[in-house]
Amino acid sequence: MADKEIALMAHLMRRAGFGASSSELHERTAVGYEATVEELLRPDRQKEVDMLDLLRYHPWAWKPGTAQGMGHASWTYRLLNTQTPLQEKTALFWHHVFATGVSKVDHWDEVMDMIDLFHDKGMGNFRDLLLDMAKNPAMIFWLDNNENHSHAVNENWGRELLELFSMGVGSYTEDDVRECSRAFTGWTITPKLPRYPMGRFDWGFEYKDDDHDHGEKSFLGHTGRFNGEDIIDIICEQPATARFIARHMYNFFVADEAQVPAWSVTPPRDPEAIRALSKALMDNDYEIRPALRLLFNSDFFKEARVSKMKSPAEVVIGTLRMAGGSEFPAPGLGMLSRQAGYMGQDLMNVPSVEGWHTGAEWINSGSLMRRTNFFAEVMGDTERPGVRAIVDGMRSKGDVPPGEFVDGCLNLMGPLEVDDRTRGQLVSHAAADGDLRWAPDEESESTERVSEMLQLIVSLKDYQFA
Amino acid sequence: MTTSEKDPVLVVLQLSGGNDYLNTVVPYSDSLYYDYRPSVRITEDRVLRLDDKVGLHPSMRPIEQMYAQGDVAIVHGVGYENSPRSHFRSMDIWHTCEPDTLGTEGWLGRVVRELDPDKENVATAVSLGSTLFRALSAPDVPVACVDNLDSYGLLTSISDERRREKLLERYKQLYAPAIGNGPVMDFLSRTGLESLKGADILKVAPERYSSSIEYADNAIARKLKAIAQVHLAGLGARIFYCDHGSFDTHSNQMGAHAKLWRDISTGIQDFFDDLREHDAADNVVMLVFSEFGRRTQDNGSGTDHGAAGPSFIIGDRVKGGQYNDYPSTKPDDLEQGDLVPNNDFRGVYSTLLEDWMGLDATPIVNGTFEKPAFL
Repeated sequence: MADKEIALMAHLMRRAGFGASSSELHERTAVGYEATVEELLRPDRQKEVDMLDLLRYHPWAWKPGTAQGMGHASWTYRLLNTQTPLQEKTALFWHHVFATGVSKVDHWDEVMDMIDLFHDKGMGNFRDLLLDMAKNPAMIFWLDNNENHSHAVNENWGRELLELFSMGVGSYTEDDVRECSRAFTGWTITPKLPRYPMGRFDWGFEYKDDDHDHGEKSFLGHTGRFNGEDIIDIICEQPATARFIARHMYNFFVADEAQVPAWSVTPPRDPEAIRALSKALMDNDYEIRPALRLLFNSDFFKEARVSKMKSPAEVVIGTLRMAGGSEFPAPGLGMLSRQAGYMGQDLMNVPSVEGWHTGAEWINSGSLMRRTNFFAEVMGDTERPGVRAIVDGMRSKGDVPPGEFVDGCLNLMGPLEVDDRTRGQLVSHAAADGDLRWAPDEESESTERVSEMLQLIVSLKDYQFA
Repeated sequence: MTTSEKDPVLVVLQLSGGNDYLNTVVPYSDSLYYDYRPSVRITEDRVLRLDDKVGLHPSMRPIEQMYAQGDVAIVHGVGYENSPRSHFRSMDIWHTCEPDTLGTEGWLGRVVRELDPDKENVATAVSLGSTLFRALSAPDVPVACVDNLDSYGLLTSISDERRREKLLERYKQLYAPAIGNGPVMDFLSRTGLESLKGADILKVAPERYSSSIEYADNAIARKLKAIAQVHLAGLGARIFYCDHGSFDTHSNQMGAHAKLWRDISTGIQDFFDDLREHDAADNVVMLVFSEFGRRTQDNGSGTDHGAAGPSFIIGDRVKGGQYNDYPSTKPDDLEQGDLVPNNDFRGVYSTLLEDWMGLDATPIVNGTFEKPAFL
């Protein structure tokens, strides 16, 4: 099988999922690229992760309330075990877009419900998703729509709906924000029930007709006694909305763009790609699946290798899936689920509605050290089945000189692409101890050497990119 | 940046979870206190009296002694308007000084940028704990985030020292700046070398340290000892941050709260004794705060989330005593059953910034606030 095809499949699996092992890449390449894209787009044909397995060992993960730490455990468990990686990746994508944090919601349960919603409907229809968001209790509280009353309008949700979730700055006026907010008056949450020791009972959505402003509104050139759903319909008629969502998709799946607030003043990296993606959205009535299909099959995607900084969640989950051994909901799951947070991406706790700042902004001296130390610890554990498989893969090649040793490891880990200078460094590191040999008395030393090479590779700058 | 050993240093100790104001600085002469607290109360005979109105929790004997020496300022009624009573949100507000919008840049991150604009010392700020506190986070501002000072560094999971040294040497070469790699790769190179440098700088702290003080074996004592070690090593660190908890005592508060304050008070006393033994206490001021106080009325075994709290400022250069009034405990004066803050926390920050660190507080705390004169 051509190396080029394997490398392309590895790229697809890194972006549409969290990476894949060498053997999985070979199997998928045999099936074909487009067929793999189709399979990824149809999660309903795969087996779901059994969440009851998790609850059997971590009952707290069901409704963690305000308990620290366990909130992201269930999502981490699903991410580590999923056989429908694009479904989870898309959920993560919408979490980046509809950025919501437990910092304000103060209760994991509602944020978890929101993630479940992305999981279930993230590849469905964007208009439906917007409507679901407008009725989502975590979102309502996060953006104060429970404080948006007919007699006292609160513009927080109304503004962010236009600015960050649909059209972007510059496509609407302040009057539109006001009128949009009026249309969502009365969209609130059921009263907060009293606290019990570790939290409170879940919120539900409630539409209060008597707190809704029934008057006439003028929104983006349309006039009528609009309610929230009418506003969402008008929003989705706007080409600006398709363009904005296309840009979000490009930024998440294809290549790092400027940070979202700068989009109104920074042109896209690839205007042609944005045009194609927005057209796919408009032509298909905002169905997400066709746009994703176009994206993954496009040349602009295939040519965008190594042009995105991996987010902490991507790189933690990807590394743990590569190394294997964390699938079972063992007691350390809470620790694992906090790792991405230590690196600056506390899942379900986005710092602000603007979303995480991505790309190079993921990196600072503390977070880079965290990344390096955690990945090196994981890859240094030769008991992990994925690490063991790489060692076995190297052993099956027999005795090899340093160059083949390095290339073998890079291949089995990805294949990962590194520049010549980096490869040269790795080769001279390997050369210090000579050829890699598998004679019985050299086997344990060679296992160590492979593991050490894996540790060095996950410490590379190049490893931070997808 | 040149640093003399006597540059002012700020240590922040965060009491995470919401410390109960009423049982920390107890209004023992106020009969309403006993009405509100049928179960979760400190009886008058156990209060460590500071004056004829208030006294400290009986676990705070070391703080009481430091107070008697004039080294402890207590600022009453600290908080901000419309307290959300959410841990996360409230902590964010303290960290970012943005009570009305969601801020992402920390106040101490801005301080580090002021102190070391050219990033000459990657250990200007040292944070103790697994997570980088948002108070310290600002774009492209390096902070050494130390989980365990004794094992701080890169690739610490590799136990074979020889192997680790070899790998670190290679890491240095792999992160050496190279021509034609583009700005993102250059940035990564710079950052990788910064973390390596930070680890190298801090590594010497435990090696250089010797002291007659024996810290207790608990989490906060370990953190304070690590801070003392870095401070005493003269590495130019100006900001230290650590936390202790959990103060979220919804139930079984009496025992838990007593232990928390015993560990903290003893730790703080040991910390300052340690610095004094090395003649290094006079340029250190410590701020102790919590994100909010707790509900006035107890719930039978604990207390729920409240609003106003006390801040403690401790150090040889602090003008000891009490600042501001204890918020009114009268039922009509409470808001949602809580003591109402009458002193904005950003004023406390402002005193520390202007009268200790020598910085202009306004751009750091986003405004001008009344400054309690404890320095």
